[in-house]
Amino acid sequence: MRLTCPRCGSRDLREFTYRGAALARPDSQEWSPAWDDYLHLRDNPAGLSTEYWYHGLGCAAFLIVQRDTRTHEVHSVTLAAEGRT
Amino acid sequence: MRFSGLRVLREGLSGNKGWGPQWRDPAPKPAYDIVIIGGGGHGLSTAYYLAREHGLKNVAVLEKGYLGGGNVGRNTTIVRANYILPGNSEFYSHSLKLWEGLEEELNYNVMHSQRGLINLFHSDGQRDAFVRRGNAMRNQGDDAELLDRDGVRKHLPYLDFDQGRYPIHGGLLHRRGGTARHDAVAWGYARGASDRGVDLIQNCEVTGIDVEGGKVTGVQTSRGAIKARKVAIVTAGRSGQVAAMAGMRLPIESQVLQAFVTEGLKPVIDHVVSFGMGHFYISQSDKGGLVFGGDLDFYPSYAQRGNLPTAEHVMEAAMTLMPAIGKARVLRSWGGIMDMTPDGSPIIDKTDIDGLYLDCGWCYGGFKAVPGSGFALAHLIATGRPHDSAAKLRLDRFRDGYGLMDEEGTGAQHHLH
Repeated sequence: MRLTCPRCGSRDLREFTYRGAALARPDSQEWSPAWDDYLHLRDNPAGLSTEYWYHGLGCAAFLIVQRDTRTHEVHSVTLAAEGRT
Repeated sequence: MRFSGLRVLREGLSGNKGWGPQWRDPAPKPAYDIVIIGGGGHGLSTAYYLAREHGLKNVAVLEKGYLGGGNVGRNTTIVRANYILPGNSEFYSHSLKLWEGLEEELNYNVMHSQRGLINLFHSDGQRDAFVRRGNAMRNQGDDAELLDRDGVRKHLPYLDFDQGRYPIHGGLLHRRGGTARHDAVAWGYARGASDRGVDLIQNCEVTGIDVEGGKVTGVQTSRGAIKARKVAIVTAGRSGQVAAMAGMRLPIESQVLQAFVTEGLKPVIDHVVSFGMGHFYISQSDKGGLVFGGDLDFYPSYAQRGNLPTAEHVMEAAMTLMPAIGKARVLRSWGGIMDMTPDGSPIIDKTDIDGLYLDCGWCYGGFKAVPGSGFALAHLIATGRPHDSAAKLRLDRFRDGYGLMDEEGTGAQHHLH
């Protein structure tokens, strides 16, 4: 599996670290079941998955990667700074 | 049919014509008291203990493929009870005790071999951590011995003790740890359950879970609808998809864990050796292959195969620990799909849906748990109360934060355990 960083181009998997499912953070700072959902529960799809990855051994950008968990095919890589699509 | 030495001799002399199928192959009935989704190690042992311990025989195990074709056939076969935290400690201790009586109980050779497990340490800090772990194991009633460098050398003379990065300072020896023949465990439980009246139904994929008014009423399958008063989801590796059929989201992320086996060699590794700092562990199968593995690939996957960076890391760790392994040739590798939970510990519990039970989240420790998990889940289903050994494996511990079991202390992210 290789990832194409928007800044650096196609790079080896070793340069990147998976940083968890890309989920919407609850608005409220108060504890609520929404925080349990956000922190613990996962759709865990067998198929298209939207994830944060970190290009730690490259440009240090946080990325949003859309990937098929059944085939490891990468559909898109965008900068997390540009937000979730 | 009972196995015995005499029987093997007699069959051997008469052309092995007397062996029959080990379990029945029934068509699904329209209704059962209890349906277990998943005919792997945990599902089969649950069915066995429902019949054996609780006399419940109107039970079906539904398996989408063939019995034992999932993670119980795709692991590194290690059996141990070296946990430290309350919850895990008593559960795995109980499971190991069941292992120790399993072959007689099932009249089936599961090749359980208590060859000893050695966890290596490489610093004073790690030594202290293993002293604490060893004491916790002994307090639980299990065995642990601290070995110094020479003590390890006596058991494992072939390791590179003076490697620059991780010189070996000693190890924690768990003599009752070891391995078992993974398929045989599934087959033994299958035979035992079938003999006691449980219907084992293969090629029967569950496609829906029926819930009416907050209560489970049955399942939809590729072989028709089946009614049931109680349904248990025992589908580690696919827990999320099956739970979604009942409208549930689980605290689970599925990750791939790779393992490797070499060509058959003469006996060289007598123990299970765990090299935690290198994320590496190894044993030798009775067939002669060196069976070894490392850490997760660290990203979600259902592909049942990993990527090369992790394979490379595992090979590097192997060469660091025992350079002689470079002479062996890798025969094959595989990837198993792990239910990773936020604290790295499993779940055996009821759900918010009446009559629906959950057994999942085994991370990469499911094989050794097969007897204990089935025993505890059967107890929960039959009596409505958790078994003492599994009372802390609650589903809601993440929600309230009470009783988390983060064995490695790596924090609340699924993939970091």
